[in-house]
Amino acid sequence: MSQFFTEAVLIATVASGIRLAVPLLLASLGETYGQRSGVLNLGVDGIMLLGAFGGYYAVLETGNVWLGLLVGIGIGILLGLATALISVTLRAEQGISGIGVYLFGLGMSDLLFQRLVGTPTPISKFPKLDIPGLSDIPWLGEMLFQHSIIVYVAFGLVPFSMFVINRTVFGMKIRSVGENPEAADSLGVSVAKVRYATVTIGGMLAGVAGAALAIDLGIFQQNLTNAQGFIAIALVYFGAWRPLGVMAGALLYGFVNALVLQFKTLGIIPQSWSDIAAMAPAVITILALVVVARRFRQPAALTKPFTRGA
Amino acid sequence: MNRHRMRGTWLILAVVFTLLVAACGGDDDDATTTTTGEPSGTAGQTTTAASGEAFRIAIVAPSASNDLAFSQSIVDAVNVVSAERANVEVDVTDGTFVVEDAAAAIRDYASQGYDLVIAHGSQYGGSLQEIAPDFPDVSFAWGTAADTFGLDNVFSYEAASDEGGYVMGVMAAALSESGVIGVVGPVEVGDAKLYVDGFKAGAEANDSGVTVNVNYTGSFSDVALASEAAQAQISAGADVLSGTAQMVVGAVSVANDAGVLWFGTQANQSSLGGIVVASQVYKWEVVLRDILDKIEQGTLGGTVYEINLDNGGEVIEYNPAFTLPEDVTQLAEQTIAGIIDGSISTGQ
Repeated sequence: MSQFFTEAVLIATVASGIRLAVPLLLASLGETYGQRSGVLNLGVDGIMLLGAFGGYYAVLETGNVWLGLLVGIGIGILLGLATALISVTLRAEQGISGIGVYLFGLGMSDLLFQRLVGTPTPISKFPKLDIPGLSDIPWLGEMLFQHSIIVYVAFGLVPFSMFVINRTVFGMKIRSVGENPEAADSLGVSVAKVRYATVTIGGMLAGVAGAALAIDLGIFQQNLTNAQGFIAIALVYFGAWRPLGVMAGALLYGFVNALVLQFKTLGIIPQSWSDIAAMAPAVITILALVVVARRFRQPAALTKPFTRGA
Repeated sequence: MNRHRMRGTWLILAVVFTLLVAACGGDDDDATTTTTGEPSGTAGQTTTAASGEAFRIAIVAPSASNDLAFSQSIVDAVNVVSAERANVEVDVTDGTFVVEDAAAAIRDYASQGYDLVIAHGSQYGGSLQEIAPDFPDVSFAWGTAADTFGLDNVFSYEAASDEGGYVMGVMAAALSESGVIGVVGPVEVGDAKLYVDGFKAGAEANDSGVTVNVNYTGSFSDVALASEAAQAQISAGADVLSGTAQMVVGAVSVANDAGVLWFGTQANQSSLGGIVVASQVYKWEVVLRDILDKIEQGTLGGTVYEINLDNGGEVIEYNPAFTLPEDVTQLAEQTIAGIIDGSISTGQ
């Protein structure tokens, strides 16, 4: 255990936890917007996968990581709009249609990868951005302030989302549409417009999460997200539909994963326990979810399509 | 719905449709076609002679057919034997990480009368045991495993991956300056476990003072986790890494960034960067040639095969982009010779 408490290992573990949390945080923040307005998008993982492939392919072709991120955003917006069309305009059963979007993303990202790329080929990654002054702080600087820009953006989106949801007119409309769409409608709020906006924001952030994952890893492979989109949805419940709670969940999942990996590397967890230890992040997160979620109520109109006058 | 919204709806539908058409299009003369999920009798790589009934081979594999690892090794091998023989058709259903999907594909190929259905994944064994008796005229092969279930129409194949792993370990210990080597594995089973154990034994045999840290991530497919496992290994002092299964592309990417050396297995991973020293490459064609001969002679199963360094089913391929010191090359070649003549044991 003593080898864990060394500077290099502790710094690496915390930095690893943060990196692992970022795609989950981006995707679950986006999903929070949708769910607060009453729309459950189970297709997050599919959108992440297409965002990941789009971002990866753009970087592979141009070498420009920012263009890759932009492509991820564009794909996310497109698929967010498509999801809104299915869920809001066509009023499809959200659970089923979300699985459809996921399968579309899973299959299409692989098909495009096979056709356009073939063998996994490394690409450029996001450059590291050292925050002047802060990155030089011993230990803390390396843990928190020597990451790629997408890490700071993801965590910056937490207070931004808190402000938008809790302190703006748009946020008030989101909450009212998610709690009582009939009342919101009677006050002149367009339920459809608000839900289109939130689901599109969710799609966009899922696309960013996917692109960020691929560009941060510098590689793409079939099913790259490995179901992270579904974990992101669970984290929205874990976080009780609040950005700060969602961030706590993403960090918990990331840190437990990083800790388990480090413990296994150093032999603190015996090799024969590896498979059991690999389940720890999911088990701990689910247990925390059970404890936390019972104390909060989900948006009353979640998963319920809105029909005026129905 | 007003006109503006209607126009927007059609625009989205048009974009989605365009994406679909673009994805399903592509070059008609593309030599390689793989199908994901549903098996298809028409899609696939095809090598067909001018006349006669084609010999049809189907592959069901858990990851992408070009994963630079497990699935690619069997697809490459089938491509080799199909190029050697006339009138062979090959179909691939890859990405069947869900066993039920693989079982559906295996049954579908068998019902279409394929001559040989390859279930490339030890996790498919249970399904194959149920399916194979229903199709006594179809030959099945599955691996990595050493069990034909006592069925006359099932071949099985496995890799003595500890042998190549041992050679890699010897080289890794010779090249490591820090004396710490890291291994990123998936789940502690099958040829992954054999490789890791062989690698560790080889490294420790060459340098008893070397530390080999082994980290099984618990997943064959989680690229992000493999990447972070590699970071953990480097933070623990490793200056040489190795790993097995399709998720290691994430670990190789980290090795590239850190300038840490990498040893690959299952397929040639040299394309992933100049830090790749060498790869143990599976040459399943050694097995497949015999299986095809047997099927043509009317024997549809019952044999357990192994690929190893001796029979040429495992080959160490060096990365031409990496300058390997001459003494380490000689050490590797001596180790290979020692394993083949039996003077070196991998301990497995």
